[in-house]
Amino acid sequence: MAHDTTHQHGSATKRIWTVFAILSVVTIVEVVFGILKPAFLTDTYLLGMRLLNWIFIILTIYKAYYIAWAFMHLEHETKGLRRAIVWTSIFLISYLIFILLTEGGYIHDIYQTGHVAWDF
Amino acid sequence: MEATVVRTGTEGKTWGGGNEPLKASYGKMMMWFFILSDALTFSGFLAAYGFSRFKFIDSWPIADEVFTHFPFLHGVDAPMYYVALMTFILIFSSVTMVLAVDAGHHMKKGKVTIYMFLTILGGLVFVGSQAWEWKNFISGEYGAVTTKGGNILQFIDAEGERVALSEIAVPIAGERVEHEANNGIWFDAGKDLPTYSLEEVKAGFIQNEDLLIRTQKLTEDGQKTILSREESLMKLNNEAVGTVEGANLVQNEYGAPLFADFFFFITGFHGFHVFSGVIINIIIFFNVIIGTYERRGSYEMVEKVGLYWHFVDLVWVFVFTFFYLV
Repeated sequence: MAHDTTHQHGSATKRIWTVFAILSVVTIVEVVFGILKPAFLTDTYLLGMRLLNWIFIILTIYKAYYIAWAFMHLEHETKGLRRAIVWTSIFLISYLIFILLTEGGYIHDIYQTGHVAWDF
Repeated sequence: MEATVVRTGTEGKTWGGGNEPLKASYGKMMMWFFILSDALTFSGFLAAYGFSRFKFIDSWPIADEVFTHFPFLHGVDAPMYYVALMTFILIFSSVTMVLAVDAGHHMKKGKVTIYMFLTILGGLVFVGSQAWEWKNFISGEYGAVTTKGGNILQFIDAEGERVALSEIAVPIAGERVEHEANNGIWFDAGKDLPTYSLEEVKAGFIQNEDLLIRTQKLTEDGQKTILSREESLMKLNNEAVGTVEGANLVQNEYGAPLFADFFFFITGFHGFHVFSGVIINIIIFFNVIIGTYERRGSYEMVEKVGLYWHFVDLVWVFVFTFFYLV
């Protein structure tokens, strides 16, 4: 199979090192935030979750995007293959997370307000 | 022969067959579909972790207090540093992998060999680090007391520093002794004795006026609840049923046993992926050395195994976030 990547020899390695730099910086930022835990980020809530946690999750997805696009060459695959992989997984995973977290929150409320003693 | 060949007259047309709209080889596509299904498996695990965590959102262990070790820095409180290092090792081995794939595109056998070797090395270091992390988690650090309801009580001193069971317990003679097989005809094995019995811990706790108990419950600002001296004594006398050191599938000195279950299961499943990735990489590595792909005229196998390797890295990025950061 002819690969689209073979067209751009020199820039391919350059792209790899750029992505490595991005991934490293993002990881360092995450670790620094994780250790410092700035109060204004942990005290602010957005949609029921701490702002800091939102930042972590968004940075994670940002990293995942770079790994999938640059390292796994999704950016050089055809649109069809890329969408078959990305859309399918994003749809199914979002749905799964939504129903499980909703259910988990509901059970938490039941433990709080219900008449079932689980800590005796 | 000519007579048996069926011609449809549609060759070269869109539906004439032989089209490859995705422009990917069979093997590469199947690797992608495997990765997709594996990604769903992992997200099933992580979503289940999220479910359990939301269920116990106000009493979940704080990861910063659980994973605090760093090699050669014994006793130093180093939350996150080690796992950040592990993340770097895995990301870097991903970089060497993609460099190997790139060198393969240019048919440079020597470079592919070196980069594959570095990738394997990175993978092995990562698996070893994970084993070390497990070891620390299993053996625990301070120890705790369990209650009837399956909760954990931890000990702190007046300054709020954690106190280990070994510092609290006072030896009491005449306690239960380990029953051995040579003392009974029908006896196989009994429950192992804990290092420190509950009575020893209780006695030590009463003697030392400074000690307080910390429960699993989280306060508004995400810290563990600290009981007053009276509440601590009452809790210990009324609810404690035993001591626990370290974590396993049934007990966890850091809090909810579910945390330990999910930690072992998810990092274990991921570690197994890294391990099998290393094995597959080794096979491909030797194939590169003996020139299989040189003769084949394509290093696409390196690319396929590379996809798997990057996927393992991708999963770790999420495991790192949801176990250690969030």
